[in-house]
Amino acid sequence: MRRVPLYAALLAYVVFLAFPLLWLLSTALKTPQEMALTSPTWIPGEPTLANFTDAFGEQDLVGAALRSLVVALASSLLTVLISLPAAYSMARYRSLVSRIAIGWVLVSQVFPFILIIIPLFLIMRDLELVNTLPGLVAVHVTFTLPFALWMLQGYVRAVPRELEEAASVDGASRLRAIVSVVAPLLAPGVVATLLFAFISSWNEFMFALVFLQDPDVMTLPLTLVRFTGPEGVARLGPLAAASLMATIPSLIFFAIIQRRLKSGLMAGAVKG
Amino acid sequence: MTATATRPAPPRAPRAKRRGASRQKREMWLLMLPAMVPVLLFSVGPLLYGIGLAFTDARNTRVHETSFVGLENFTRMLSDEQFWASFQIGAIWSISVTVLQFLAALGLALLLNMNLRFRSVARVLAVVPWAMPPVVIGLMWKLVYHPDAGILNDLLGTDINWLADFSLALPAIIVVGVWTGMPQTTVVLLAGLQNVPKELYEAGEVDGAGRWRRFWNITLPQLRPVIVAITSLDFVWNFNQFGLVYVLTQGGPGGRTRLPMLFAYEEAFRYRAAGYASMLGLAMAIVVLAVLGLYLWRQMREAK
Repeated sequence: MRRVPLYAALLAYVVFLAFPLLWLLSTALKTPQEMALTSPTWIPGEPTLANFTDAFGEQDLVGAALRSLVVALASSLLTVLISLPAAYSMARYRSLVSRIAIGWVLVSQVFPFILIIIPLFLIMRDLELVNTLPGLVAVHVTFTLPFALWMLQGYVRAVPRELEEAASVDGASRLRAIVSVVAPLLAPGVVATLLFAFISSWNEFMFALVFLQDPDVMTLPLTLVRFTGPEGVARLGPLAAASLMATIPSLIFFAIIQRRLKSGLMAGAVKG
Repeated sequence: MTATATRPAPPRAPRAKRRGASRQKREMWLLMLPAMVPVLLFSVGPLLYGIGLAFTDARNTRVHETSFVGLENFTRMLSDEQFWASFQIGAIWSISVTVLQFLAALGLALLLNMNLRFRSVARVLAVVPWAMPPVVIGLMWKLVYHPDAGILNDLLGTDINWLADFSLALPAIIVVGVWTGMPQTTVVLLAGLQNVPKELYEAGEVDGAGRWRRFWNITLPQLRPVIVAITSLDFVWNFNQFGLVYVLTQGGPGGRTRLPMLFAYEEAFRYRAAGYASMLGLAMAIVVLAVLGLYLWRQMREAK
């Protein structure tokens, strides 16, 4: 009996967290006729998948999703490729440089992007990289780099140095030791970092807004924001459907790292 | 957990160490180089350039001769009513979102830490907002707040255009801010709660401390470092928020939700006043650092 208020509180949280999600889902399943009703309904009278097929039929949306995919793939691969050696060196050699690198990771979290985005825009314009996807990839790489470095150097630290030393005692060269001993142990960490960088780029909005002004090169978040346009209510259904689909990559990512979230990763990160 | 972390590195022979030192240094630089180039080129460089721009009359157009104007942007900012309005809105937004986020997340974390049924449902739901792109969160809440097709008016029996109402727009986006940021805070606090030693509670129970006293005298002091860390981060993130509010209101109606970031963005890319916008960015950085410094300093003094 004493637990009743606790359950009531838990229920309140569930309702608060769930109701916008359910509304999004409900909107995505409604027909345009039902959308136009004066009193909106929770459960669609005639649930339809037409909104999803409509969204797929929109040239803009499909093109934008493909561009987002290309940008996110390119920037996540590049991020991991260039941060892996640096992370290894940060974890293995204690030096001034690695301390400065860690300091930069922290500073980059605090500084308002606007202070960087204006000069960056001027630089990119001089390099003719505004309105191009390579330009956006370069920016995304730079801005996921600090956190990716942070994640990766933690994973490198978790691989005992003794293993590497044991390999070289056994006659393996340095490179050989890294490739055949460290790399396999590091693989899950690399995958997690790749996914993190992919999601960061896939979701990113502000840099895309500033650097991509031509509708023909816009990424998915930008296209979604511009989607409704003057037609209003009639386009809300496809918009909701497209929004749901845009969330799928992140949901997969979180499903994968769920277990880590609950146990090790966060606890260790906070316990300093 | 502690056994692995605190073991000292094995001692090495000094001779080998000295000989390997210069080679090691070269190796280290070589490994750092690929990451350093983009960071210097696209991040450190622009940051310094941006600070410099704040003292010029730079314009975001191709034909413009930029010249140094000293503190002109600064004095212009101080006499700019929009600046004061925007930073005031920024203060209301970031403080109330951070505080509400913290209180809501603490409550949820405490509930999730108890042995309640159905808590796994809440646990999954609590992470979902974290997994959503900010733009989608913004669009989703726009559907909730929509004056005709939205559910909120129907639930409350009202007929309000929430995001276009002068006095309701800011509270409306604050709710969205809390919804968006609650998951991270909950996960971090929950991890903190699970690290509080069980013996402390047992000792408290033996001493006859009730649930409330145990919370006040054991849980909160034990959580303190975690609370300070996550509220600081939340504050910085909230103060620098852009995408969510841009999607919801674009700073409207009449600038009532124009956070400092949106204001600076408009100055830079709509009115093309790159120099002035950089000064606004600099002011934001100073506000964040000052608030953070003051908060951390006070917390550290109290902890002693």
